[in-house]
Amino acid sequence: MSTGIKDHAALSDIFNQDEARVDWHDETLWFVRAKRDKAANTLSEWEALRENASQIKDHVLSNLHDYLSEFESNAQKNGITIHWAADALEHNQIVHEILKAKEITRMVKSKSMLTEECHLNEYLQKNGIEVIDTDLGERIVQLAEEPPSHIVLPCIHKKKEEIGELFHEHLGTPKGASDPQLLTAAARVHLREKFLTRRAAITGVNFAIAETGEFVVCTNEGNADMGAHLSEVHIACMGIEKIIPKRANLSVFLRLLARSATGQPITTYSSHFRRPREGQEMHLILVDNGRTQQLGRADFRNALKCIRCGACMNTCPVYRRSGGHSYHTAIAGPIGAILAPNLDMKQYADLPFASTLCGSCTNVCPVKINIHEQLYKWRQVIVKEGYADPKKAIAMKAMEFTLSNPSVYRNAGKAGRWVMKNIPFLVNNKLNAWYNQRDMPTPPQQSFREWYKKNNNE
Amino acid sequence: MTVGLFIPCYIDQFYPNAAIATLKLLQKLGVKVSYPLQQTCCGQPMANSGFEHLTTGCNELFIDNFAEFDYIVSPSGSCVLHIKDHLHSEGQPEKAKTVRKKVYELTEFLTDILKVEKLTARFPHKVGVHQSCHGQRGLMMSQMTELVAPPFSKPLQLLNMVKDLELVALSRPDECCGFGGTFCVAEEAVSVKMGKDRIADHVNHGAQYITAADMSCLMHMEGILKRQNSQVKVLHIAEILNAEEFNAEI
Repeated sequence: MSTGIKDHAALSDIFNQDEARVDWHDETLWFVRAKRDKAANTLSEWEALRENASQIKDHVLSNLHDYLSEFESNAQKNGITIHWAADALEHNQIVHEILKAKEITRMVKSKSMLTEECHLNEYLQKNGIEVIDTDLGERIVQLAEEPPSHIVLPCIHKKKEEIGELFHEHLGTPKGASDPQLLTAAARVHLREKFLTRRAAITGVNFAIAETGEFVVCTNEGNADMGAHLSEVHIACMGIEKIIPKRANLSVFLRLLARSATGQPITTYSSHFRRPREGQEMHLILVDNGRTQQLGRADFRNALKCIRCGACMNTCPVYRRSGGHSYHTAIAGPIGAILAPNLDMKQYADLPFASTLCGSCTNVCPVKINIHEQLYKWRQVIVKEGYADPKKAIAMKAMEFTLSNPSVYRNAGKAGRWVMKNIPFLVNNKLNAWYNQRDMPTPPQQSFREWYKKNNNE
Repeated sequence: MTVGLFIPCYIDQFYPNAAIATLKLLQKLGVKVSYPLQQTCCGQPMANSGFEHLTTGCNELFIDNFAEFDYIVSPSGSCVLHIKDHLHSEGQPEKAKTVRKKVYELTEFLTDILKVEKLTARFPHKVGVHQSCHGQRGLMMSQMTELVAPPFSKPLQLLNMVKDLELVALSRPDECCGFGGTFCVAEEAVSVKMGKDRIADHVNHGAQYITAADMSCLMHMEGILKRQNSQVKVLHIAEILNAEEFNAEI
């Protein structure tokens, strides 16, 4: 569908050439989904919590301007420097300017999907600034020169042996070593040196509280804290939808976030950043990058409720069997498939079709985003805007004609001939795509209609 | 009570036994059923592909065929969900609204409207139940494993009334089979892999038959089973619930 680069189907095809690996990937993520189920089931109020979180987020989206102003003013009172970025480029430029002013050329960064969305690392590297990702999974994919394949588990597509190989090459661990404890210890030593020597740290933001002007960063590794506390300059980057009204709302989200993401009751660190320590600069960049446009799309605005837990990816039977990279965008999986077309409908025209519309994503979503309904709606928009395969459009027109005319349908359907060739699921004459690995149904002696006319005497 | 029987196009053409079983089962339960001869398709294949704007003809035809009945019943959760969610008509919006309200998937019609408490069926086999997503998550025919909520299942409630039938437990009771309409050809690799994995779950737990309230999922799985030369068969749930007289034909 997208031109020039491979689409989701083509990339999934490649991923599926190693079936044993697909099984491993599927089982690994299913294990996380099962842990999520177990954790959710420890709370009898789980569904009420989801509803509560959804309503808080809906309320914020409907009053975003007011909460952003309140947050800005309270954060400034706390001594945080606030920046506003209209798009990815402006965001990257702001980061660069802050670093330039302090003559900083090397820095550490903890997990931030926003900076992935903005391709900050590439931008800074082009401008001569070294960025070290300090989240272990992100550091691994950085060493492999790959993007994260999952928003919570960035290197979930890599086996420990492959990580051992990477560490041997880059961090000097013994060849063939793949013991996770050994590899993690090596990463700790490697990262400690970076934490101690880098003067600037970037963190993401999970929640920004309008009432207090503080922001909350959730990690399991404490790497955001290590970076921020040891740096002269702390830059936090957030999408404008990350606001919540009050501290009291936070508990709702903290209880949902880690349970949904990994099945933990809470992230190991949920750190509140309210004001810079003495001698430190604290910057916060509020980024739009298409969010206000999405807010203006009535059918798609509530995708902005997302708290980036990744539960929809872990449960998605397609994601588990196609891998995060098949989505060719920073945020993969079902949520990525409804966010990406807002940014570039042509490039991501394939993603809303990379789903069976099974609806499992919607059910696990802790903030109740109607993900599968939005996938359906994006399909309609993408076709209307002219981004569908023209061959498919022709086949659909033919189908419309046949199915709208009972006599045409009946004649066409005699002996199953029309259906054999044009069975609605096989549009585009891709009979082979069915038949490669599946047999066709055996056509019966007579259709039900024919049987009914003979046998049913009303 | 009058019931209009809505038989999806591919069931009409490929799986008439599922339709016959549906008709006979309803008649056995004392329902007056008619099959409008001018019906074709609900329009879902076009709509799910992003061409909902081409379904006007299908929508009007559906309303013309079915508006007169007290209830519309179909042996397909997916097609019923499409009608419920997406049937619209500019010319006759009121009729469209009532059609959306009175369309039922077969098993939910049996449990919720007819309130069936016993069946005469006998099916002495090990059966795995595939929970088709649109019926389960869309029509809420069964509780969903993602939710923290008490379990229930309309298809299982009925299958438990079938004599000598042995249900097999699955490792993943409500994972999608990967059919997904045009997804099955547009995303062939993932679709087939999902189907293979779903089948393996049933086979590994000793199922002799895989049943579902949606024939499309079963058609997809049957295609893979046949290619694997498997002895495991697929059978629409209506054929099991009506099994006594159908044993000979299976």
